[in-house]
Amino acid sequence: MFLFEKNSNLRLTLVRLKRNRLALLGFAILLVIFLLAVFADFAAPYGFSKQNLRARFQSPSMQHFFGTDEFGRDIFSRIVFGARISLQVGFLAVFTAMIAGGLLGAFSGYRGGRFDNIVMRFMDVVLSIPTMLLAIAIAAALGPGLFNLMIAVGLSTLPRFARIVRASVLSIKEQEFVEAARAMGASDWRIIVRHILPNCTAPIIVEATLGVAHAILSAASLSFIGLGIQPPYPEWGAMLSSARGYLRDYAYMSIFPGLAIMITILSLNFIGDGLRDAMDPKLKR
Amino acid sequence: MKTLHTAGTPLLEIRNLSVVYETDTGVVHAVDDLNIRLEQGKTLGFVGETGAGKTTTARAILRIIQSPPGKITGGRILFEGTDLLSLTDEEMRSIRGGRISMIFQDPMTSLNPVMPVDEQIAEMVRLHADVSAEEARARAVEMLRMVGIRPDRAGDYPHQFSGGMRQRVVIAVALACTPALLIADEPTTALDVTIQAQVLELIKELQKKVRTSMILITHDMGIVAEICDEVAIMYAGSVVEYAPIDPLFERPLHPYTRGLFRAIPDITDDSTAAIEVIPGTPPDPTDPPKGCSFSPRCSRAKDVCFEKRCGMREALPGHFVDCYFPLLEEEDALARSEGGAR
Repeated sequence: MFLFEKNSNLRLTLVRLKRNRLALLGFAILLVIFLLAVFADFAAPYGFSKQNLRARFQSPSMQHFFGTDEFGRDIFSRIVFGARISLQVGFLAVFTAMIAGGLLGAFSGYRGGRFDNIVMRFMDVVLSIPTMLLAIAIAAALGPGLFNLMIAVGLSTLPRFARIVRASVLSIKEQEFVEAARAMGASDWRIIVRHILPNCTAPIIVEATLGVAHAILSAASLSFIGLGIQPPYPEWGAMLSSARGYLRDYAYMSIFPGLAIMITILSLNFIGDGLRDAMDPKLKR
Repeated sequence: MKTLHTAGTPLLEIRNLSVVYETDTGVVHAVDDLNIRLEQGKTLGFVGETGAGKTTTARAILRIIQSPPGKITGGRILFEGTDLLSLTDEEMRSIRGGRISMIFQDPMTSLNPVMPVDEQIAEMVRLHADVSAEEARARAVEMLRMVGIRPDRAGDYPHQFSGGMRQRVVIAVALACTPALLIADEPTTALDVTIQAQVLELIKELQKKVRTSMILITHDMGIVAEICDEVAIMYAGSVVEYAPIDPLFERPLHPYTRGLFRAIPDITDDSTAAIEVIPGTPPDPTDPPKGCSFSPRCSRAKDVCFEKRCGMREALPGHFVDCYFPLLEEEDALARSEGGAR
C-alpha cells in the first residue's frame, strides 16, 4: 500500500492536519463512535431490541442514559448499535462507489474520445437527477434492507467519484512521467493503477470523507421514510421516524438519534475540510 | 549479445517517415519524409531548432505519439531489420524500455513523484525480465550505484533529489534493461551548466559500458561535437544534412547548417560585431512551402528550389545533403550568394 509507506508527502499532510484543531476533534469523535460501533455488544447496557414495557417513555437517567422509547427499549443502546449500521452503510457504500466510479472515471479520462464521451454523458444524466430522489428511486425499486440501502446510496454517489477522478486523471496523464512509463513499455492498466491513480489520491480522499457523511445522511433519510433499515434494527433515521409521533411529549426520543447523526456528520465534515486544506498543493512549503 | 550477424543491417533505419498532428487549425506536418540510418554502437546527434520535429521523430520510433491528434502517415522504421510500425501493441511494449529506451528532457517531471526511485527502476526491470521482486530491487540498487547514487538513498522519493541526481535516476531507469538503442531527448537542457557536463560524461561512460547505440537530441552544437559520431541536422520536419561529425563541422554543406554555425558566438573573438542570423522564421508547419523547406530563407535559392525538394544526395562520400546547391566551394558559394539572389 503506497499510502502507508514512509511517504513524506503523506507525512507533510499529517503535520498540517495536526495543526487543524477542528479536524483533530473530528477524528477524536469519529474514533469514539467507531469504537462504540465495533464493541457495541460490550458498550451497550441493554440489547437493541430488548423491550421492557414497564419502563416505557423513561426520561434520561442514570439507568437509561438517553431514556427509553415507546417499547421501553434503551435509546442509548439502540444508538450504539445504530452506529454500526450507519458507519457500515456510509463507509461501504462510499468505498464501492469510490472504486467503481474511480476506475470508470480513470479509464474514461485516460482513454478519452468516444468511450469517455459515452461514460461521462451517462454520468451527467445520473447527476442531473437529485441524489436523494435517485436513492429513493433505487431503494424503492430494490426494496428495503441493509444491502439494498448500500446499493442505493452507493449508486447515487458513484458519478461524483467518476467526475473527480476523471478530472485529476486528465491533468496527470499529460505529465511527462506518464509518458516515461509508456516509454518503459508499461501497459495502460499498469500506467493507470501504478502511476496515475496514486497521484490523484488527495482529491479522492477528500471527496470520500465528505461522501461518507453524505451517505450516512442519505441512509438515515431513506430509513426515515421507511425505505431503509426495517424494525427492529436500530437505524438512526428509522429511530427518528418512529419518535416523531412523540415529539411533543417525549422530545428526547428524537433529540438523541438526531444528535448522533449530526455529530457523526459534523465530525466527518471537519475531517474532510481539514484534509482538503492539508492536501492543498498551494499550501505546500 | 551484439554479434556480427547484425553488422549487415543497420541498427535503426528510418525511411520516408511522415508524422502529422491533426489540430483544429490545420494539419501540422511535424515530420515530413525523414530518412536516417544508425549503425550499431554509434551515437547520432539530432540537431535542429524548436519545432523541427526532433522529439516527434524520437516518439515515433517508440510509437508513443499522442494519438489523436498525432498520426504516423507513412514510412518505415526498421529496427534490427523489423518494421516497428508493423508490430502489435504487445510486441511494441516489449521493445519499449527493453530494446529501445528513452531519457526525457526534464528530470523534474519525468519521474513518478509518489514512487521511490528504486521501485521505478525495479518496475522497468520487472517489465522486461522474468525476475523476482528482490532481484529487480537488487538490480535497481546496482544501477543507482552505477550512476553514482548511494544505495542508502535508493528508497528515497524523487523530490528528495536534486535535478542532476534525478537525471541520473532517469538514466538508471533507461539503462536498467541494457537497451540496444537509447534515445536521449535533450537530457541536459533542464540542468545547470555545471551539472550538464557531469551528466553528459556519465551518459558517455555508461553508453560504452552497456554498449548501446544512442540518438542524442539537442540544439547544442557543443554537446554534439563532444559526444556524437554522426549528426543529422533537422529543419522543418526533415533531415537536411547528415554526415559523420568531422566532415560536417569542417564543411557544412547545407546553407541552413552553415547558418547555424555562423550563429554560434565566438568567445575568442573580441569584435563587437553582431551574431550573424538567418533571416526569416521557420515555415508554418500547417502550410509548408512547396519546394525546399528552407528556400524562403535561403539566399542561394533558385527557381528550382521553390518548385521541388531536392531530396537527400550524397554530395561528398558519406556526407548527405538535401540541397541542389550544396556549399562545396566556399568562394564559389559566396560569389553565388552575392550575385544570384539580389
